Order: sequence, then C-alpha cells, then structure tokens
Amino acid sequence: MKNILKLTLTILSALVALTSCNNSGKSDSRSGALAGNVAEKVYVAPGEHDEFYAFISGGFSGQLSVYGLPSGRLFKVIPVFSQDAEKAYGYNEETKPMLNTSHGFVPWDDSHHPDISQTGGEIDGRWIFINGNNTPRIAKIDLSTFETTEIIEVPNSAGNHSSSFVTENTEYVVAGTRFSVPVPQKDMPISEYKGNFKGALSFISVDPEHGHMDIKFQLIMPGFDYDLSHPGRGKSHGWFFFTTYNSEEASTLLEVNASQNDKDFIAAVNWKKIEEYVNNGGGTMVPANYAHNIYDEDTHTATSTMKKEVLTVNPLDVPGAVYFLPTPKSPHGCDVDPTGEYIVGNGKLSANLTVHSFTKMLDAIENKKFAGDAYGIPILNFEDVLAGSVEQPGLGPLHTEFDGKGNAYTTFFISSEVVKWKLGTWEVVDRQPCYYSVGHLMIPGGNSQKPWGKYVVAMNKITKDRYLPTGPEVTQSAQLYDISGDKMELLLDFPTIGEPHYAAGCPADLIKPRSKKIFKLEDNKHPFAAKSEADTKVVRDGKTVHIYMTMIRSHFSPDNIEGIKVGDKVYFHVTNLEQDYDVPHGVSMIGANTSELLIMPGQTETFLWEPKQEGVWPFYCTDFCSALHQEMQGYVRVSPTNANTPLKWSLGEDIE
Amino acid sequence: MKKSNIIMLIAALLPLGLFLFPLWRITLEAPQYPIPLAMNIHINDFSDVHPHDIKNINLMNHYVGMKYIPEAIPEFKIFPAGIIITTFIGLIIAFKGNYKWFLYWFVLMVLLSSAGMYDFYIWEHDYGHNLDPKAIMKFTNPDGTVMGFQPPLFGSKDILNFRAHSYPRLGALFLGLGIAMSLFAYFVGKKHYKNS
Repeated sequence: MKNILKLTLTILSALVALTSCNNSGKSDSRSGALAGNVAEKVYVAPGEHDEFYAFISGGFSGQLSVYGLPSGRLFKVIPVFSQDAEKAYGYNEETKPMLNTSHGFVPWDDSHHPDISQTGGEIDGRWIFINGNNTPRIAKIDLSTFETTEIIEVPNSAGNHSSSFVTENTEYVVAGTRFSVPVPQKDMPISEYKGNFKGALSFISVDPEHGHMDIKFQLIMPGFDYDLSHPGRGKSHGWFFFTTYNSEEASTLLEVNASQNDKDFIAAVNWKKIEEYVNNGGGTMVPANYAHNIYDEDTHTATSTMKKEVLTVNPLDVPGAVYFLPTPKSPHGCDVDPTGEYIVGNGKLSANLTVHSFTKMLDAIENKKFAGDAYGIPILNFEDVLAGSVEQPGLGPLHTEFDGKGNAYTTFFISSEVVKWKLGTWEVVDRQPCYYSVGHLMIPGGNSQKPWGKYVVAMNKITKDRYLPTGPEVTQSAQLYDISGDKMELLLDFPTIGEPHYAAGCPADLIKPRSKKIFKLEDNKHPFAAKSEADTKVVRDGKTVHIYMTMIRSHFSPDNIEGIKVGDKVYFHVTNLEQDYDVPHGVSMIGANTSELLIMPGQTETFLWEPKQEGVWPFYCTDFCSALHQEMQGYVRVSPTNANTPLKWSLGEDIE
Repeated sequence: MKKSNIIMLIAALLPLGLFLFPLWRITLEAPQYPIPLAMNIHINDFSDVHPHDIKNINLMNHYVGMKYIPEAIPEFKIFPAGIIITTFIGLIIAFKGNYKWFLYWFVLMVLLSSAGMYDFYIWEHDYGHNLDPKAIMKFTNPDGTVMGFQPPLFGSKDILNFRAHSYPRLGALFLGLGIAMSLFAYFVGKKHYKNS
C-alpha cells in the first residue's frame, strides 16, 4: 500500500514537472525564436547610427528628450522650460532670460507636444517647437545646435494644450488654450464662467529665414476647453482644427459636468481668411503683457523683452472663418490624414471613432446646412460632415497617426492598445496591446504629408512590471512597433524622461549633416568674451568684479586670482578656446549658489559667485577633458570686506 | 622653336604649380580622431586640412613637450624665391640654351630639391626631438633614450597611439614632372643634335 502511494506520488509529481516543463517550453519557443529575430530589428551595431531621430516630450519634466530609432537609445535631454544644472540652462546669466515670463522667472513647465518645422508639407528638420502647458509658452529649438533659442509667452491663455502644431510651410505655430479664462484677466466670481470666460486660439507666425516667432493674432472663442489641434494639409491647407470639450461651460466637477453633452465640437478655423482680414487692418489691438525671449548664437546670450499688446479677432467679425463640427463624447485627439481629407475626432468617451470629411464640410458650408449656432458661430450637421465611423474599435480612443499608405493607427487608453484601421473602409485590420495606458503615438513624419510609415512609437502612462523597479516611482515608457508589414509587431520597450506626451520624429539624414560641431571663436560676440589668453583680465567696478577667463586643455587663465572681498558680486565670464569637436570644458566654484557651467568650444558663459567667507577657494573643470583634467583647477583668494588686498591675477607664475 | 626647347619651356613652368597646390601633407590618425588631424605644407605656408587641425595638433603635441608649429618659417621666403629664380633660369635656357643646358638645369633642380628635403628632415627632427624639458609626459625608448616624435620624411610610421603619414601632394607632382621633363628635353635635344 505504502509503495503504491509512493509510486502514485512519484508519477504525479513527474507529470506535474513534465506539464510545467512543457508549458514553459511552449512560451519560450514562442518568444525565443521570434525574440532573436526582433532583437536584430532594433540592433544598431557599435559605431553605427540610428535611422531616425525621435524627439519625445518630457511632460512634467519640462524638457524634450532625443532618442534614436530603432535602438531606443537616449542621446540628449534638451532643456526647454525647466532649469537644467547639467547644462547650466536657466542657471547661467546667458540663459536666465529664457525663462522670464509676465509672472517673473518661471523655471519649470509642463511640456507636451513637439512638432518639427515643415516646408511644402514635408518635414525639413530645421526647428522643433514645443508648448509649455502651465504658464502658456511656445519654445523653438534649433536642430543645428539642439538648443532652445526662443520662447514666447502666450497671453489671454491658460493650459496651453492644443499646441504647438505647425502649418505645412511653418507659416504658423498654434497655441490653443485648454482652460478658458476671463479675457482680459480680472477679479470676478467663478460661478459666472458661462458666457463670460473666453478661449483664445493664438496663431504665432514664424519668420521663414530665422524662425523668429510673433503672435500674429488671437481668435477669441467661446469659453470651451480647447484640447488638441491639427493643421489642415494638402486640400485643407489654410484650415486648422481644434477639438473642444466642456461645451457645457462648467467650472466645477468637470468629470461629470463636462460630460453631459452627447457631442462637443471640432472647431474648424480658416486661418487664411483671418490672416487676410488682419493684413487688411482687421482685429483689435488690446493691452497685454507677455515675454518674448530670444537667444542669440553670436553673443551666446538671451534677451527677454516684455510685449505690451496683442491683436485679437472676434470670430463673428470674419464671417465664414470659423465653424463647429459636432463630434461625439468629449473628443481628445484631433488628427488630419496626410491627404488632408479626413479629420479624426477621437471621442474619448465614445464607443466609436468619428471621422469627418473636409470635402463634405466645404459642401455643407456652401449650402449653408447649419444646425444652429453657438455664440453666433455656425454649427454644421453631424451627418452632413461625417465621412464614416470606425465601429467599436476599442475603449477610450485618444490619438491617431497615419502611415502614408492609407492606414490609421489609434491609441486606446482604457483598453491599452494600438488599433490599425483603414481610411475609407473604416475596418479594423490589426490590434496590438500596450503596457500600459497608452497616450499619444508617433510615426516619423506623422504630422506631415509624408510620413515614414516604418515604425510607430506608443507612449505609455504606466509601466508597472516592464522594468526593474525603482521604488514607488518607476520609469515612464515608450514602445516601438514595426508597421512595415500587414501586422504590427512589438519590437522594443525603452524608458523615457518624465511623462512622454507627444513625440516628433524624422529620418536622421535630415538633421545629421546640419549638426554644428563647434562655435567659431572668431564669431563669438559675447560682450565679456576673452578670445585668447592675452585677453584675460579681472576688472573691479565697485563691489562687482568681472573675471574674463579662458579655458583650454588643460588649464584656466588666469588660475590664481587675489583681491576679491567678502560681499563682492563676482561674475566668472568663461570662454572655451577649443575649436575641436566634442571638447567642452566645465567650471564650478566652491560655494557658488548656482550650477556648474558646461561650455562648448568657442562659447562664453557666465556664472555669479558671491563669496561669503574669507579664505582661498578653489575652482575646477567639471567635464573630463583630457589626461590632465584633474590638474585643470585654480584658486581665488577672498579677503575681508575692508581689506586692501590689491586685485591681481596670473597663470604659470606666482602672484607677486 | 625646337621641340626640345618647347618641352624645356613646359618643364621650367611646371614647378610654378607649387604656388597653386600643397607640396606635402602630414596626417595623424588615432582612434579618438574619427576624422584624422592633418596639415598641408605649401611652398609658403602651413594650412589646416580640416578647420583648426593645426591648433589641435599643437594642443595634443604640447603634452610631450613639442613646440607649437610656427605661423611662418624662413623657408617660406627662401623656397618661393628659389622656385621663381630656377623657373627664370629654366626659361632663359628654354629660349637661349642648347640641350646640354637642359641637363645642367635638371642637375640643379635635383640638387636643390634634395637640399629642400634635407632641410625638411632637419626641421622635422628638431620639431620631434627638441622637447620642452618640463613636458607633462616623458617617454623613453626601450634602450632608455628619450623618445622622439619625428614624423616620417616619407611614408607611414607609428608614434605612440598615432599613425603618422607623410606624403607628397599635387604641388610636389608638378615639381617632379618639371624636373623629369627637363631630362626628357635633354634626350630629345640630344637625339635631334645627333640626327642633324
């Protein structure tokens, strides 16, 4: 009996072992052979370059990160709206003005939607624009230096969310307000929101040569929430489309009160018509207060100018310029396909995906088929403009991108997936899960007439178990899918900075050849530059001391300074004399209440040091620059406030 | 004008190509320089092959105590004068002289070019061996002598982590062609003289 029991147990446990063996074997074989194949698809050998650049927004980090595709390797975090001690952005005297606003120095923002400049409806790789959502701002980043070179604040706005998308020749970057506010701002009861708050849609013109931005006009719309936007293109070039929610105009408990209407709107704006109206003297100039910050590459210095007025346009004054397209259930994403015909309104509470037809819209306008109006703006009939619906594709549609081959890809937040469907037939052809809660997605060139439909990147809000845990706060994530075949294939997970919102991508060859290697020393027009060691000096002006310092492998000039006193304001203006690719130097000073400087070859940067204690204090190079990097250091002697220590400086000899 | 004199005329003019094209190039390859550092030597100047190459060669060389490559050297005055004078002599010979003079010009040019190469060697040797005694890094050969950093006169050579190349450029080709053609003119002239 005992033996039988033993035997049975043995057989049973062997069976269990075999079964589990089989199981694990199965799942291994499933991912095993394929996994090898997949790994090859994202493998970029040492020394080789990725095929695409991906610029992924940092969300609440306020920055923009640069990745390579398909490897998912992180190359750089470009500081935009937040101070960055790594690069001294917002810490050095040169870039502090970049973060100036009408609210003062605001060293943080919430960066959402990057968009690359276009020419003729195709991505040209010159600049990338991104919005600051919290303190409404638009930044321009120069893609030859990967540095933020301009930031313009947007007045009469709040929650600059439906932004910063560009028209097909980069005529305009838009900045639509998510929150409607009193225009102009004033002290009034919040309960009187309805009818009194306004939503400003700002059209910011971009100088075709230098990229300088200027608010051309603000369209003052009814007090809805303007959520996302998209330029028309091709046949619909000249129009801009904005999704709205809260057409109920509620100001409290919006999750309920702004979800009452079955349909909200997509606002279709004929900006060419308004531009013409404005060029002919239309619109009303109103007082405003907003900062316009420009970084000059020759002086390596930013300046901030406060602007005092802005041109506003009442949509009712330009008949035929603005229409509302009813769109079900609080639409979020607003996406126009590469031909410009289809406008996809992703109703985030809707079971279906609504697609409007631009041709039908024009037809309805021409035949004046209006269902009514909202604050005087005509509302078109839903059925008259509807191109079709994708029936029950998933739960919680957010954003759609296009591959240029007649397919659309939509993210579903609640069901956590990317769904591929066909334009025109509206049939779902494929779906792939995301890990987890996907937001935006990006196909390189997706916001242009010419997408490179090889990959799609899905940006996920939640990661949970995908990576090694790092305490309660785990990394955000992006997922890369191959979309070159009929079926999507998940290739790669890679972590992202902050919370990725939208991204922009383009072939590396558009940017790589134009990438700057050094700044030419002879072009350096910084007022405190020392272009050779012979130019270095220390100048006292009352309690302010200016040090004109240079750096080259492997020393500072001067490296011994005496005659500084407690309570002085000491400005270190440091010029990197190198003219070799990839040889920056850094500098930091003990006790300085700021960051280090990281100075590129040929560049000058400045930090302020206010010595509070007597002594002899060292400074040193913070970026490992050569075999003698550790020797790259110097001293400043600090004397009492009332001392008579003469001002002296030297290099290579003892101070006498 | 006789055929041999026309050839001599061309031979005398060809070295003027030195004023248009570089004479020599020294290239330094190392793993950390994906684009190698290189300088061209002209008859009257040094020049960067890529922007700032000479500045970066100087920055790198100062670690072992080498001097900065000077803006100008006396040779930059002597060599152009020498070429202009010898071209002038060559032209006179082409117009006035007989074939024997072509050979003398050839010999003169070979001697002067050899002197130039010797001068180049001396300069290189000084540049590579006359090191600052306070140099940051000091290297010795296996036999204990102080290591030199002289680039090769002609050819390629390993110097520490660098591979140095030293080769003539288009200007030198013009000079060499000119010299060779004067010898050719001599043989053509000689043949013509014998036949007549």
